[in-house]
Amino acid sequence: MEKWQDNRAWFLVLPVFVIVAFSAIIPLLTVINYSVQDIFGPGQRVFVGAEWFKEVLGDKRLHAALWRQFLFSGLVLLIEIPLGIIIALTMPKKGWGASASLVTLALPLLIPWNVIGTIWIIFTRPDIGLFGATINKLGMSFDHTASSLDAWVTLMLMEVWHWTPLVALLAYAGLRAIPEAYYQAAKVDGASSWSVFRHIQLPKMRGVLTIAVLLRFMDSFLIYAEPFVLTGGGPGNSTTFLSIYLVKIAVGQFDLGPAAAFSLIYFLIILLFSWLFYQALQNAGKGEG
Amino acid sequence: MARIDLKQIAHSYHDGAQKPEDFALRRVHESWDDGGAYALLGPSGCGKTTLLNIISGLLTPSRGSVFFDGQDVTALPPENRNIAQVFQFPVLYDTMTVFGNLAFPLRNRGVDTEQIRQRVNEVADILDLTTHLKKKASGLSADVKQKISLGRGLVRSDVAAILFDEPLTVIDPQLKWHLRCKLKQIHERLKLTLIYVTHDQVEALTFADRVMVMHGGKMLQAGAPEDLFEKPEHKFVGYFIGSPGMNFLSCILDGNIARVNGAAIELADATAALAKKAGQKLEIGIRPTYLKVHSNKQPGSIAATIKNVEDQGSFKIVTLILNQQTLRARIPEDQPIPDKKAWLSFPTQKIRLYADGQLLRAQGAS
Amino acid sequence: MGLLLQDVDKIVGREVHLKDISLDLAAGSRNVIIGRTLAGKTSLLRIMAGLDRPASGRITMDGRDITGVSVRKRSVAMVYQQFINYPSLTVYNNIASPLKLAGIDKKQIDRRVRQIAQMLHIENLLDRLPAGLSGGQQQRTAIARALIKETELLLLDEPLVNLDYKLREQLRLELQEIFKRRKAIVVYTTTEPAEALMLGGNIIVMDQGRILQTGPAPNVYHNPITTRVAEVFSDPPINYLEGSIHSGKVILGENICFTLNGRMSDLEAGDYRFGVRSNHFFLNPNGPGDIKISATVELSEINGSETFIHIRHGDTSLVVQNEGVHQIKIGSAISVYVNPSRFFVYDKQGLLKSSPTGRIHQTGAAA
Repeated sequence: MEKWQDNRAWFLVLPVFVIVAFSAIIPLLTVINYSVQDIFGPGQRVFVGAEWFKEVLGDKRLHAALWRQFLFSGLVLLIEIPLGIIIALTMPKKGWGASASLVTLALPLLIPWNVIGTIWIIFTRPDIGLFGATINKLGMSFDHTASSLDAWVTLMLMEVWHWTPLVALLAYAGLRAIPEAYYQAAKVDGASSWSVFRHIQLPKMRGVLTIAVLLRFMDSFLIYAEPFVLTGGGPGNSTTFLSIYLVKIAVGQFDLGPAAAFSLIYFLIILLFSWLFYQALQNAGKGEG
Repeated sequence: MARIDLKQIAHSYHDGAQKPEDFALRRVHESWDDGGAYALLGPSGCGKTTLLNIISGLLTPSRGSVFFDGQDVTALPPENRNIAQVFQFPVLYDTMTVFGNLAFPLRNRGVDTEQIRQRVNEVADILDLTTHLKKKASGLSADVKQKISLGRGLVRSDVAAILFDEPLTVIDPQLKWHLRCKLKQIHERLKLTLIYVTHDQVEALTFADRVMVMHGGKMLQAGAPEDLFEKPEHKFVGYFIGSPGMNFLSCILDGNIARVNGAAIELADATAALAKKAGQKLEIGIRPTYLKVHSNKQPGSIAATIKNVEDQGSFKIVTLILNQQTLRARIPEDQPIPDKKAWLSFPTQKIRLYADGQLLRAQGAS
Repeated sequence: MGLLLQDVDKIVGREVHLKDISLDLAAGSRNVIIGRTLAGKTSLLRIMAGLDRPASGRITMDGRDITGVSVRKRSVAMVYQQFINYPSLTVYNNIASPLKLAGIDKKQIDRRVRQIAQMLHIENLLDRLPAGLSGGQQQRTAIARALIKETELLLLDEPLVNLDYKLREQLRLELQEIFKRRKAIVVYTTTEPAEALMLGGNIIVMDQGRILQTGPAPNVYHNPITTRVAEVFSDPPINYLEGSIHSGKVILGENICFTLNGRMSDLEAGDYRFGVRSNHFFLNPNGPGDIKISATVELSEINGSETFIHIRHGDTSLVVQNEGVHQIKIGSAISVYVNPSRFFVYDKQGLLKSSPTGRIHQTGAAA
């Protein structure tokens, strides 16, 4: 009786354990298994060690896709985080204006991803699309199926339109949680709007911004549906991001071994960068003076 | 530093308010001298914080105007009023060091670095913060944080007044003594105008030269701590000041005698004279400290039943029943208390009379 | 019978929150835990409630071991510092909620809700939602909810700290009356000596996760067994004068000398610390035995009927609490008087060697 404890509680955790095992651990082990074997057909396989990893790491097209991916995610963070903060700062604090802007912001987040791709295909079509046609009428040629730059611009526009609202909503929640006394004290101290932002709003938003950066990084690094629908990775390979290239190898060429090795590397990169971002943002609070 | 005049201030949080009930602040007309220590005392919702925010400029009053040194500042925002404010919970810039926090108001005003350093060191010295200057502000204890908040007000040489909004709420009782003393010392030394808002009578009375008791948006009485204690002009002030509050007994006047359900309490001639003019429905008010409790019958004493005795360490509180009315007496720790029955005497000089909740006063007397 | 805690420890990470806690709370007793912020008061309440498990030690209730039993299976109610009510339920339903969960029939619930609401003077607010109430009314609702189920243990964690001074005074009186009529073991935490004394009952003095002293409130107040207890349990702060005893004489502070007599006469020679409460200093001598302390005035505060004079005697700061209103100039010289019979005498380790009442109760562990 001394340190009696209700061990039946473990049964309650069991379903989660089973789900995680089936959804994450078993697939991951399968991928690891594939990454070190050459598979010719059912029952025909050869252990190849780190061969696929060497091949994948030496793949020039993969290097290009990786670089493209970093550029894309970097741009996404550079645009969406500041833009989201600016939107949150300019949103009304209370009344019907606050509710209206919250609903408007949330709209893009409610649309399925592939539908978004379709919307933007139509929107940016040089012949009938509102955006594409208008730009062309202004005398600039714009065609995301022909120009790499136009394809990137379209993808960025779509991505920013789709996901900045999430950053803005998170930042808005962070701002609302700051007690009024902080603003009053800053007023009395004669702080400029910039000082208020720099010394009150930004530090107090650090928690939510950490979440926003992590979410946006991981999500943009994994982007697939939108470029697949909009550009299919083209023109040329200009929008072939990691996930699109991975699918080409795995499904298009059915090279399961290299694809598995590729997946693991992909997974480790995301893990590494998420950790780096998290550490950087946590330290941002401590390191300042 | 400044003299502050509040002229016919009223404030409502609703637009177009007309009825008196709609006003959080009904009418305040007060003048505060340069260099004084003032306190606004009252329960939650009495309007004291509204008034403070009007003085600081965080709120523009619906009616009336605020003058600093004769200049109308009603429309000026807080940053142009040269006031500093300390809030209920410490407000600090977490990313900065203690030094950075103290220097912040000066940096915002473009003061040069050398002067900032000198001024911050000076203030840190007054507040015993010198050893903390290089530390991050976020990790410090509540009392140190409140001192930093105060310090941000003190660093400015141009500050007209420092406003305090229940600054000791989150401080332990023993540290409250220390901080209160620090405040008083700073006041003595720097002669700043200080305005202190609180619901805590001990803080208000010990801090201020002049205390304003507020209730329901109105200022009931303004005066020195001893006036509020000795001559509460309103029953509410009698109840709100003092611990326990003033005792009130309804009585009927009979010559120089006030009768409380038959028991006779003798009044001073002057008190009785006032009572005669006021009419029949009166109440006697007496502080628990002034009520004398005897173990046996004394000349002029009245018998009462003891209901309860609370040992408060350095004093005792005795609850007594006098002809169905409850009274409380505060007596020294060493005084023996009888078991069931006690004799009470009411010192005539300490008896106050109230009609309609208002103190009876000689005409012309303040 | 009652609640018994034996050698309870609570360690979070590397921090010790509670250490060697042993308590015996009798059935129906009223207990006040006094200690400063972070003394471990809330940690101890949470362990009593079953919200946390102790790292080691045993807790029994009327002889039953309840160490690992979860809060749901214990008969306990708790009131917090923040006003915690169900925001979407009316005051009536808030108060009724513990009984509804227990599946008690409606008629009985109604009767009990109305009875308890009346006791706490919120019978007119039963249809209202908590958000529309004042802080005092919200806390009354929370207290009513805690009281309605006749639990064995009623825990209150600084329940009045967020209320106005006068409201606190009033609720304290009401709570005192309510507790008297309860069979439950009541445990109440506070940082304020005045509140602890007013509630009465047993005092448990805590500091840095340990219990320093327990006993009836006035006993502890008049016999604080260590200097730390005296500090925690004094408002205004207790005053100390350093001194020493040699050949029947005491040399105190800046050359103050008096002859040992009475209860202090059997103290051994050596260094001591003499504690005295502020209200035992006077501005005039009361008798021939009084000793005089010369000092300079640092500050004086008036609270309406009394004056607190902060004085400096050599390197020692003292607070004098004096009846009446005195305007005293800062920096002026002053003489204050104290009768040696008022001294608490502590040795160099801070242990009480002699107290004015002469009774040194060795209740509770000394630090």
